[in-house]
Amino acid sequence: MALIDYLVQGYQMALVLLLAPLLTGWVRWVKARLLRRRGPSLLQPYRDLAKLLRKDVVLADSASWLFRVAPYLIFAALWVAASLVPTFAGGLPFSWTADLIAIVALLGTARFFLALAGLDVGTSFGGIGSSREMMIASLAEPAMLMMVFTLSLLAGTTELSAVAHFMMTAHVGLRMSLGLALMALVIVAIAENARIPVDNPATHLELTMVHEAMVLEYSGRHLALIELGSALKLVLYLSLLGCIFAPWGMAMAGAGLNAYLIGLVAYIAKLAAGGVLLALFETSIAKMRVFRVDQFLGAALMLGLLGALLLFVSRSL
Amino acid sequence: MHSLAFDIAHALAGSMVVLSFLLLYQDRVYALLNVFALHSLALALAVGWQAYLQDAHHLYVTAVVALLFKAIAIPTALHRIVRRLDIHRTLEVVGGVGRDMLAGAALVALAIMVMLPVTEGSNALARQDLAFALAVVLLGLLLMVNRHNAISLVIGFMSLENGLVLAAAGALGMPLVVEISVAFSVLIALIVIGVFLFRIRERFDSVDMQAMDTFREGRRK
Repeated sequence: MALIDYLVQGYQMALVLLLAPLLTGWVRWVKARLLRRRGPSLLQPYRDLAKLLRKDVVLADSASWLFRVAPYLIFAALWVAASLVPTFAGGLPFSWTADLIAIVALLGTARFFLALAGLDVGTSFGGIGSSREMMIASLAEPAMLMMVFTLSLLAGTTELSAVAHFMMTAHVGLRMSLGLALMALVIVAIAENARIPVDNPATHLELTMVHEAMVLEYSGRHLALIELGSALKLVLYLSLLGCIFAPWGMAMAGAGLNAYLIGLVAYIAKLAAGGVLLALFETSIAKMRVFRVDQFLGAALMLGLLGALLLFVSRSL
Repeated sequence: MHSLAFDIAHALAGSMVVLSFLLLYQDRVYALLNVFALHSLALALAVGWQAYLQDAHHLYVTAVVALLFKAIAIPTALHRIVRRLDIHRTLEVVGGVGRDMLAGAALVALAIMVMLPVTEGSNALARQDLAFALAVVLLGLLLMVNRHNAISLVIGFMSLENGLVLAAAGALGMPLVVEISVAFSVLIALIVIGVFLFRIRERFDSVDMQAMDTFREGRRK
C-alpha cells in the first residue's frame, strides 16, 4: 500500500517535469493559431532543450561560481515546488509538506538566485532585469500571501491537499471571497510567469524585457535548466489554480487505479484549458508600461485584502 | 455555514464594494462611467434579491428605478455630456492610485468594525448590508475628496447615493414614497450638475477643480 503511494508520488514528480515543455509548446501553438500562423510543433520545446543540453557553455570572464551554481539551484527549487502541488491525486506521502507558504518560499528562493545571477556578470541588461524582477516580486508576493491568508481562513489549513479536499467535499456555497482570491491568484500568476501584460516571454527588446534580460548571459545546459524551470513554474501555477479552484476529478489517498486514471485525464484537461485561456488572454491584451505594473499588482493585493475583509463579515454574522 | 440565499446577498453586496474600488482604480473618463453603470447594475440586483428575500414588493420598484435611472439613463447622459464638453479624457489622481487603494481598504475595515458591533442582535442580512453600504458610502466620499476632475466628483456622489439605497433596502421597510423622491432628486441633481459642468467649462476652459481654487484665491486678495 505504502509502496504504491510512494510510486504515485514519484510518478507525479516525473509527470510535471515531462509535461512542462509540452505545456509551453501548447501555449505557443495556440497563440500562433490565434494569430493565423501555423506555429511550431508541440514538441519544439523538447527539441530546443535537447539542443541546448548538447551545446557547450560559454561563460563570461567576470562570472563567479554563483553564476554557475544558480541554474541548478533555481531548477531544483522550482521542481520541488511544482511536484509538491497536488496534480491528479491528493493525500500522497509528501502531501503534508505541500504547504502553500512553503511553496511561496521555494518560489522566492528561486527568484532570489535568478536575480543574483542576473547581477553577477555585471552587464547592464542583467542589472535592469534583476531590479525590475525584484520590483514585480515585492508587489506580487504580498498579494500571493494575502490570497493564501483568505484561503486558509476559509479552509482552516494551508496544506494544499487538504484545501482541495475541503473544496470538493465541504459545502462551500457561493463565496465572494473565493472569487476575489481567484482573481488575485490569476494576476499574480501572470506576473510571476512573465506573461504579457507584465512582461513578454518572446521579446528580446531591451526596453521591455524583464525575465529574458536576467538570463541573457546564460547558454548551453545552464540555459536549458533555466528554460525548463520557467516551464515548470507555469505548470506549477496552473496546477495550483486547478487544485484550489477546480479540484474536480482529483483522486484521493488510497483510491484505486481507476480513480488515478480519471484524475490524470482531468488534470491534463485542466492544463490544456488553462493554456488556451492564457493564450487567449495574451493575444487580446497589450503589454503594460513597466511603471503601470505596480497598479496592476496593487489591484491583486487589494483583491486579496478585500477577500479577507468580506470573509470576516460573513464569518462574524 | 449559511444558506445559499444569504450567500447570494453577500456576493451581490460585496461586489458593490469591489466595484467601488474599481471606480477608485480608473484613470479614464469613459471607463469610469462604465464601471459606474456596473455599480448601479449590482445595486439593482442586490435590491431585487432583497425584495425577493423579504417578500417586499415595493423594493422591486426600487430595483427597477435603480436599473433604469442609474444603470442606463445617468451613464448615457454623462457619456453625452463628456462628449459635448470635449475635455481631456484622462483623470488625474491626487497622490496616486496606490495610496487611494490603501486608504480605501482602511475605510472598508473601519465600516465593518463600526457597523457589526453597532447592529448586534438584528437580522444578519441587514447587518451585512449596512456594513457594506457604509463602506460604499465612505469609498464614494474618498473618490470625491481625492479627485480634481468634476466628472469624478459627480460619479463619487452618485456611487455614494447607491450606497445609501443599499442601506435603505437592507433596513426592512423604507417607504416607497421616500424611495422614489430620492431617485428623482438624484435625477434633478444630474440635470443641475450637467448645467454647472457646462458653465464651469465655459468659464475656466477645464473641469479641473484646482482651476476654481486659484480663481477664488485671486478674488480674496
